[in-house]
Amino acid sequence: MTARSNALPTQEMTINMGPQHPSTHGVLRVILTTDGEVVTRAVPDVGYLHRGLEKIGERVTYAQYMPFTDRLDYLAAMNCNCAWAWTVEKLAKIEVPERAEYLRVIVCELNRISSHLIAFGSYTADMGAFTPFLYAIREREQVNDLFEMICGNRLTYNYARVGGVSGDAPPGFLEKTKEFLDYFEPKLDEYNNLISYNKIFVHRLANVAVIPAEEAIAYGLTGPNLRGSGVPFDLRKDEPYSVYPKFDFRVCVGTGERGTLGDCFDRYMVRINEMRESVKIVRQAIAQIPDGPVLAKVPRVFKPPVGETYFRSECPRGETGIYLISDGSVNPFRLKIRTGSFVTMNLFEKITRGLMIADVVAVIGSFDIILPEIDR
Amino acid sequence: MEALAISLVKALPVLGGAPLWAVTLLLITASAVVVLVFALTFEGVGSLVLRKVAGDIQARIGPNRVGPRGILQFLADGVKLVLKEDIIPANADRLLFKLAPYFVFVGSFAAFVVVPFGVGLIAADLNIGIYYVMAVTSLVVVGVLLAGWASNNKWALLGGMRAAAQIVSYEIPVGMALIPAVLIAGSLSLQDIVRSQGGLLGIFGWNLFHNPFTFFSFFLYFTAAQAETNQTPFDLPEAESELVSGYNVEYSGIRFGLFFLAEFGDMFIVAALATACFLGGWNVPFLQVGTLPWLWGNLLSLGVFLAKAFAMVLIMMWVRWTLPRLRVDQLMRMSWKYLVPLTFVNLLGVSLWLLVFKGKGIPGMIASLFG
Repeated sequence: MTARSNALPTQEMTINMGPQHPSTHGVLRVILTTDGEVVTRAVPDVGYLHRGLEKIGERVTYAQYMPFTDRLDYLAAMNCNCAWAWTVEKLAKIEVPERAEYLRVIVCELNRISSHLIAFGSYTADMGAFTPFLYAIREREQVNDLFEMICGNRLTYNYARVGGVSGDAPPGFLEKTKEFLDYFEPKLDEYNNLISYNKIFVHRLANVAVIPAEEAIAYGLTGPNLRGSGVPFDLRKDEPYSVYPKFDFRVCVGTGERGTLGDCFDRYMVRINEMRESVKIVRQAIAQIPDGPVLAKVPRVFKPPVGETYFRSECPRGETGIYLISDGSVNPFRLKIRTGSFVTMNLFEKITRGLMIADVVAVIGSFDIILPEIDR
Repeated sequence: MEALAISLVKALPVLGGAPLWAVTLLLITASAVVVLVFALTFEGVGSLVLRKVAGDIQARIGPNRVGPRGILQFLADGVKLVLKEDIIPANADRLLFKLAPYFVFVGSFAAFVVVPFGVGLIAADLNIGIYYVMAVTSLVVVGVLLAGWASNNKWALLGGMRAAAQIVSYEIPVGMALIPAVLIAGSLSLQDIVRSQGGLLGIFGWNLFHNPFTFFSFFLYFTAAQAETNQTPFDLPEAESELVSGYNVEYSGIRFGLFFLAEFGDMFIVAALATACFLGGWNVPFLQVGTLPWLWGNLLSLGVFLAKAFAMVLIMMWVRWTLPRLRVDQLMRMSWKYLVPLTFVNLLGVSLWLLVFKGKGIPGMIASLFG
């Protein structure tokens, strides 16, 4: 803003938002330059959670790297576990027993539900409604109970193995999962009644931070953030892996129902609808799951052949692609992980220009970023 | 107060020797202490109820550790606030920083003075009651702005600026929405306003049911007052998820406690004004509390008033734990584009109604049809 000659001289205010801030979803730091309440520039400063996950991969064996993938996205550790397992199996061409693939899909989709629940809950909390957050936590708790049953852990599961999963589902697990799905599905309508179509909530999200489809593609957005712009791209459908082709589900896209296509509300609604689709997938998987072993025979000292591979899978926060080079030794030669959240942050500065401070919070929430994915 | 002192001196010959000013001073101090004790008790219990209500709404238990079922939690919180280190940031403006909580607390507490708790229970029945409330609660904005500025923290400053803009904007619709009650009673005194809603009509004597405009006016008042006291969905000045905690971010210990208490005090004042101006105040339906023996009349009317006011407070808590927050531009738009014009039109409607129907309300007219 330029000061007129006879007016008070004004200057823009630089505010430090984060790394400790309730709405940056972790240790994201944003340097805001504001003109009053209007943000003229918001520069994300990432790296506070950098732990060298890719470098660590070069120092541990393929099996030992599994627990590190838990920390890649702690809200969707199952998806990251499986992504690593699928990558190594693709590299070494390992046949995985079918029951293991079904179990992987079940836990991945359950984890997608619990991850989207956190996205939904923390988003409403960001918007000032604290109650739905606790409802989301209540439901997530039950998913955690299920995971505790199958692998003993509630946050960092370390469940997948190269060649299968660590253990078969204990007796009663599939029934309990079904019970949870029956309980959970009506809750989605409850959320919609409570908050999704609340007038204030819609006003806060609709038409805010619109990302047109071309821009979303150009910036390489993936996952719900891309689908929110109306692009029906889902790796589970478009580049099927595991046993996903056997399931019937819909790819949820933004419709612009309350504002413009690609606004925050669309991205939010995509997640709500995806939870419903995940419920559908888990139901079908439970109905179709075959009997049999859950772990293929993999040598104890596992040395994949020399070569390189790239495998991408659909995680709750977009495409997680793992590029892996093997030199034939027990350790990977090079490991590179492409995550949805990191790519999304590229768009952050552009999309927040000219918004209000409260909208910056809305944008961070609608991207559903998670910091370990950004910093790795 | 002086009249009360004279009657007291007459009634109690023991006081005969004391000078009148001393008795008056004693009475003023005594009533101030009583009101302060009530305010603090309400604010303490209110914070406990708020957390219990929040627990119920959010499918969790709420405080349950201190005392049976957690009812002593507010005492523990109070002790904690008093004992905590009082931190003043190095770069803060020390004088203003220390001054700000008092402005906020005094602004909120002073309004308790004119709250008509019962037929004879009012600390001071000022003849400008409503103006007085509007005036002293405006003091809060000074304190909030001071707190935001003196903290030397950008988040606090933003919170303070938001609060100032918000309180100033919403004061207009709040005032406009209260005027119908003043018009009907023909007086600014809150006791007169409450008395005007008595009579034989029971709850239909309330201003809420006086005519369609007053009915509407109640909701306008309640909405605007929520905003004026920074309650959700208008809690932008302390928007936790945006501004961390707004203007009071740098405060700790009892200075923070004063902001906290003032917030609950404001809540009660809003509820009390809504009760007094629209919901019949301390009037007990079909009973002339004024004609009862002093003790029983006051106890009964106090009970009725508090029941109504607490019901309003509970509704505010319910709203608080349900709705999301508006954005600052939406908040301003709502005040200047919707609430202010609506309250003006409403005021015009009430005035015309009173002019055309000679001050009679719908229930009154229906009653007169049946003799």
